Amino acid sequence: MRISVGLGKQSGEERLERHGVSRRDFMKFCTAVAVTMGMGPAFADDVAAALTGQRPNVVYLHTAECTGCSEALMRMYKPYIDSLILDTISLDYQETIMAAAGQAAEDALEQAVHSPQGFILMVEGAIPTGLNGKYGYVGGQTMYDICKDILPKSKLNLALGTCASYGGIQAARPNPTEAVGLGEAYADMGIKVINIPGCPPNPINMVGTLVAYLSGMDIELDELGRPLMFYGQTVHDRCERRKHFDAGEFAPSFNSEEARKGWCLYDLGCKGPQTYNNCPVVLFNQTNWPVGAGSPCIGCSEPGFWDDMTPFYKN
Amino acid sequence: MSQVIKAPQSTYTGQVVVDPLTRIEGHLRIEAEVENGKIKEARCVGTLFRGLEIILKGRNPFDAPHFTQRTCGVCTYSHSLASTRAVEDAINKPIPANATYLRNLVLAMLYLHDHLVHFYALHALDFVDVVNALQGDPVKAAQIANSISNRKVTPDDYRAVQTKLKAFVDSGQLGPFTNAYFLGNHPAYHLSPELNLIGTADYLAALRVQVKAARAMAVFGAKNPHTQFTVPGGVTNYGALTAERIKEFTDLYKETLTFIEDYYIPDLLAIASQYKECATYGGTRNFMAFGEFPDPGCERDLQKRWLRPGVILDRKIGKVRDMDPNRIAEGVAHSWYVGDKARHPYEGETEPYFTKMGDKDKYSWLKAPRYDGIAVETGPLAQVLVSYAQEHRTIKPMVDKVLGALQIGPEALFSTLGRTAARGIEALAVGQQVETWIKQYQHNITKDQQIVENYEPPKSARGVGFVNAPRGGLSHWIVTDDDARIANFQLVVPTTWNLSPRDAKNVPSACEEALVGTPVADPARPVEILRVVHSFDPCIACAVHVIDGETNQVHKFKVL
Repeated sequence: MRISVGLGKQSGEERLERHGVSRRDFMKFCTAVAVTMGMGPAFADDVAAALTGQRPNVVYLHTAECTGCSEALMRMYKPYIDSLILDTISLDYQETIMAAAGQAAEDALEQAVHSPQGFILMVEGAIPTGLNGKYGYVGGQTMYDICKDILPKSKLNLALGTCASYGGIQAARPNPTEAVGLGEAYADMGIKVINIPGCPPNPINMVGTLVAYLSGMDIELDELGRPLMFYGQTVHDRCERRKHFDAGEFAPSFNSEEARKGWCLYDLGCKGPQTYNNCPVVLFNQTNWPVGAGSPCIGCSEPGFWDDMTPFYKN
Repeated sequence: MSQVIKAPQSTYTGQVVVDPLTRIEGHLRIEAEVENGKIKEARCVGTLFRGLEIILKGRNPFDAPHFTQRTCGVCTYSHSLASTRAVEDAINKPIPANATYLRNLVLAMLYLHDHLVHFYALHALDFVDVVNALQGDPVKAAQIANSISNRKVTPDDYRAVQTKLKAFVDSGQLGPFTNAYFLGNHPAYHLSPELNLIGTADYLAALRVQVKAARAMAVFGAKNPHTQFTVPGGVTNYGALTAERIKEFTDLYKETLTFIEDYYIPDLLAIASQYKECATYGGTRNFMAFGEFPDPGCERDLQKRWLRPGVILDRKIGKVRDMDPNRIAEGVAHSWYVGDKARHPYEGETEPYFTKMGDKDKYSWLKAPRYDGIAVETGPLAQVLVSYAQEHRTIKPMVDKVLGALQIGPEALFSTLGRTAARGIEALAVGQQVETWIKQYQHNITKDQQIVENYEPPKSARGVGFVNAPRGGLSHWIVTDDDARIANFQLVVPTTWNLSPRDAKNVPSACEEALVGTPVADPARPVEILRVVHSFDPCIACAVHVIDGETNQVHKFKVL
């Protein structure tokens, strides 16, 4: 019998207990978030009450990224993205979907950042720090300078995806642009950031964190800045193929009877034991997830996974 | 049919800079010199560099598809597939037919998803005035909508949209519509309030339908964005052989196709018929397509694709040339790199030389790929023109039908409007073909259940993978060393072709060429620039090239 390595040495529940979150509270919290996502009626009214009144201003910045997190957010289901941006929040700046461009867009950003009721900041992408930040510009300013200016003004900072959380793919060796995550880039400014890693993160983790904040809930984080309600257990802990792992039933190759039978992908490189995320339970696009499609977990919600978890098909 | 409105034009002379150019993927700046209300010259500036190719060096080739897929979350799967094909080309062995069927089905759903999202979420606000939709008569709007398509909408449907929209506008928080160019009577927006209402309602509806299109990709591909089911040798998803998964995919596909047939295409035609002046600007002269959807059993044979590759020069539709990969070269004369000689992807040398933002000599992180020294356009218009010229049995009649419906000739295709129409045609053609591929796949799995071969990373090999992505011709080039590690990896992507800077001969890229002659009605709200640029559906994260900022050293790639 194999054991989990690294952070996976503790079970998810032990880890949650260590952070003062009992299983009952955790379930309650998850249920509330699940309800917020349209999965049941019970708590919907309470959360709706917390969200009435003026829609909170949200500024969403893109730095060194691939827009996969934006795309993931657009796949949000119950609430759909149109409901989120028309009924729940005021998405005042988001380059992928906003109508305005150029100076008009810059003006929209200025207005939002100086809104009297404040704003919530979401950032997708790493911060390139090499060449004094000149690897990345928006509107004639470096991404580094833009975030440095805006981060201290916001009420809440959400780092969406592994790039914004920990640097992500552009920070993989040899990190040509000296890209880092938001928290690291501005550590000396004492900026607090909630990390929602994943490549991309599940939209439920992104919107769930936002809704939890708006509903006034306490958001417990692990030592890597991730909300425990989403990242409290390993992929391995809740994997549908765990029984095969426990029984010592492993697929030796993709073209094998064992793979066809849906046995454990550990020998094909699965990083589920080291990876904290809720993929097996929440699924992507309400239908599937990598291990469900016979593909080993690549550990995409862990810092440095592009270096630490590669080669992906080996363990 | 409506009369053609002359494009409104100001008398402005001076520079117009749009930065950030929004509603695209990535970070783009457009600098245009306007003379008497018309663009005289333009520069496309990629303003972010990430360096993925250098990161790939020394790694396991089988990891490349995971890395390159993160080039772009919008073109998700395109890069994963191109890298996989490049590695398989280096291995030089066949893959199971079922793998090609499943890859084709997932890629086809990407086409439907991507083109649908582009039209509504990224492009529609260049034509549709969302706030003016409040003035639309719901009864008339329903009559129009039902007359142009098979959809069944009622005035109450539109009243509901107006109620929601009114509450939104009255809140004073316009969110993503803040400072939109259409606010305050822009002269270049001229849809009737009813068409604005239909456009707005469908803009919102499309945001929900795209969730289903993406879900179809995930049924076979694990997730969207960033699918995870393709490996060198085939695919990993044995679940795709089950009747339940095939039905789930088919149902979601059909819902998506119905929306394309009943909403996207009729809306496209209705809006295009009111903006025929957009057929008078934004055109280019040269086109290149890689073709796509290989016959099962022929994954890497470019000639055995449902849509075939080809090159058209100087708008000569009567003469389609073969696409020869050896004629591809990239220059850096006006990019932020040292050098001025154009090189084949395998021969590239790259040394960064950032000057400053706004420089007119060296002005972009994008390199300048050229075909036989010629700047070409790639993407749906190129593929549709090539297929039209090849008398493709699906594309040809569809193009003729669209031209007939708009009462315009084939020459109108060389324009912003033509490019946007071609994207719709490509979506419809691919969409209607998917049903056939599903049936062929279902038939094939009754006798053949293999989906993958077990291959090892190749030693001392090279290979290329061609994908005609929704944004156009994409190629990945790999070289491996004696230890089966990546020695060199190059991506030559659609947006680099379309939005590159000038080359050594000072020839502008397709988009720079397309912008010349474009009218600007209001230099403070240059919506015409957005229309032209958006019609290319640019993806800048894909397009930026490699440098090593740590050492600033020249990277020499092996000449093969």
